[in-house]
Order: sequence, then structure tokens, then C-alpha cells
Amino acid sequence: MLSVHFVLFLIFGVVCVAGAVNLLVQRHPINSALSLVVVMGSLAVEYLLLGAEFVAAVQVIVYAGAIMVLFVFVIMLLNAGEEERTQGSRVAWLLGVPGMLLGSILIAWVVLNHSGTGAVAIGALPGPPKALGWLLFHDFLLPFEVTSILVLIAIMGAVVLAARPEKRES
Amino acid sequence: MVPLSYYLILGGILFACGVTGFLIKRNIITIFMSIELMLNGVNLSFVAFAAQWHALQGQVFVFFVMVVAAEAAVGLAIIISVYRTRETLNVDQVNLLKL
Repeated sequence: MLSVHFVLFLIFGVVCVAGAVNLLVQRHPINSALSLVVVMGSLAVEYLLLGAEFVAAVQVIVYAGAIMVLFVFVIMLLNAGEEERTQGSRVAWLLGVPGMLLGSILIAWVVLNHSGTGAVAIGALPGPPKALGWLLFHDFLLPFEVTSILVLIAIMGAVVLAARPEKRES
Repeated sequence: MVPLSYYLILGGILFACGVTGFLIKRNIITIFMSIELMLNGVNLSFVAFAAQWHALQGQVFVFFVMVVAAEAAVGLAIIISVYRTRETLNVDQVNLLKL
């Protein structure tokens, strides 16, 4: 009954959810950022279990690597301290946590009863870089090029926004 | 064999945690991290459905979502510029359009 696939899914799923909950509970942003790294690392293992090996590698390199380094860098640059609780955040706790539980239960109920999906074997759909690259540069060529322009604009926007405003001499 | 719905539920839980963090957090950087958490939950369901339907296109879409997540650079630049003008990261104190 308990296959290796199921045991691995369970372990890393629990780690993943624990990291996500820890992100919510921690007060200091740097602790939240490090638990987000845990979430992303265990999600990479889940991708590997589904066979998406290249996506798992990119998840580790781009998400857990590049993006989280950017977050940690900004947290340290701005010297962010612990967040203080305000009246608004207490109301949000009272409404947000039951809302999350309700939403999760609703999603789980719909998926379990009405999705009509089957079971997947370990490594169900191998995603080798060759096949993915062919799709990316053949079927999705136009979205790919548009995305590259989007990234270029984003880089320029980030540089303009983060640059120190130059002092005007009047 | 693991039922596909378990993967979808895991993605749904991550998404719900992201929504909750977006609501209850008061630090603007942590709110931004909650958005990344939501994107991760969506990515997991993309890969799970790709495995279910044997369609590699689902994994290609994960790349596009990751590229959009890399636009976090712009968001972080905005956060830096907000901090320069307001000297706070608390979203409750960022409530004026013009200083």
C-alpha cells in the first residue's frame, strides 16, 4: 500500500505545508524568507516525483536561488525589523485564518469529489530539457519572445525605480 | 501511485496560505513573499495536470509563470523607493497618495 512515491510525497508535502505555515507565523521577515526557501526546495522534490526534472532544476536555481537572494538582499538593505501588530492586522487574523481553513476545505472537497482525475505514477511525465526546449522554441515561440521583451522592460524599470534620485541643482 | 487530487490539494493549501499571508501580514516584503507562495501553489497544479494529461505544455507554462515571478525585481525596486520616501515598511502607515 505504502509505496516509495507516496511516502516521499507525504514527507515533502508536510515539510512544504510546515514551511508555508511558518511563513505566516514568524514576525521577522528574514525568518519568513528562509521558510519560503524551504517551501520552494520541497516543491522541487514534488516536481521530481511527477517527473518534471528540468522544472525542478529551474525551481531550485531561479526560485530558491535567484529570487530568494533578491528578497533577502532587500530585507537586509532596508534593515527590516519585526512587524508590529496593529488593529487592522488583528481583524485580518480573525477573518483571514478561518477564511483560509474554509477555502482549503472547499478546494479539497471539490478536488476529491468532483475532479474525476486518476492517479499518477512516479515520474509520470518526464520533462527532459530537449523536449521542453523544442516546445518552447517551436509552439511557444511568440510568447517566448514577448516574455523576453517583458523581462527587458522589467529590468529597466527596476533600475530606474531603485536608482537614487539625482540631486537637482537649481 | 498517488492520486492526482493529493497534489492538487497540496497546491490549494499553498495558495490558501499565500492568500492568508497577504491578508494578515503588515510588512510589505512579507506580503510580497505571500504572492510568491501563491504562484508556487499554481505551479504545482500546472505540473500535476501536465502529468495527468501527458501534455508537456503544462510544464512550459510553469516557465512562463516563473518569468512573471522574476518580475519580483520590479516589485522590490518599488518597495525600496517606498521605503526611501516613507521610511517605513508597514502597509498601515503607507496610506497617502502624495507626501
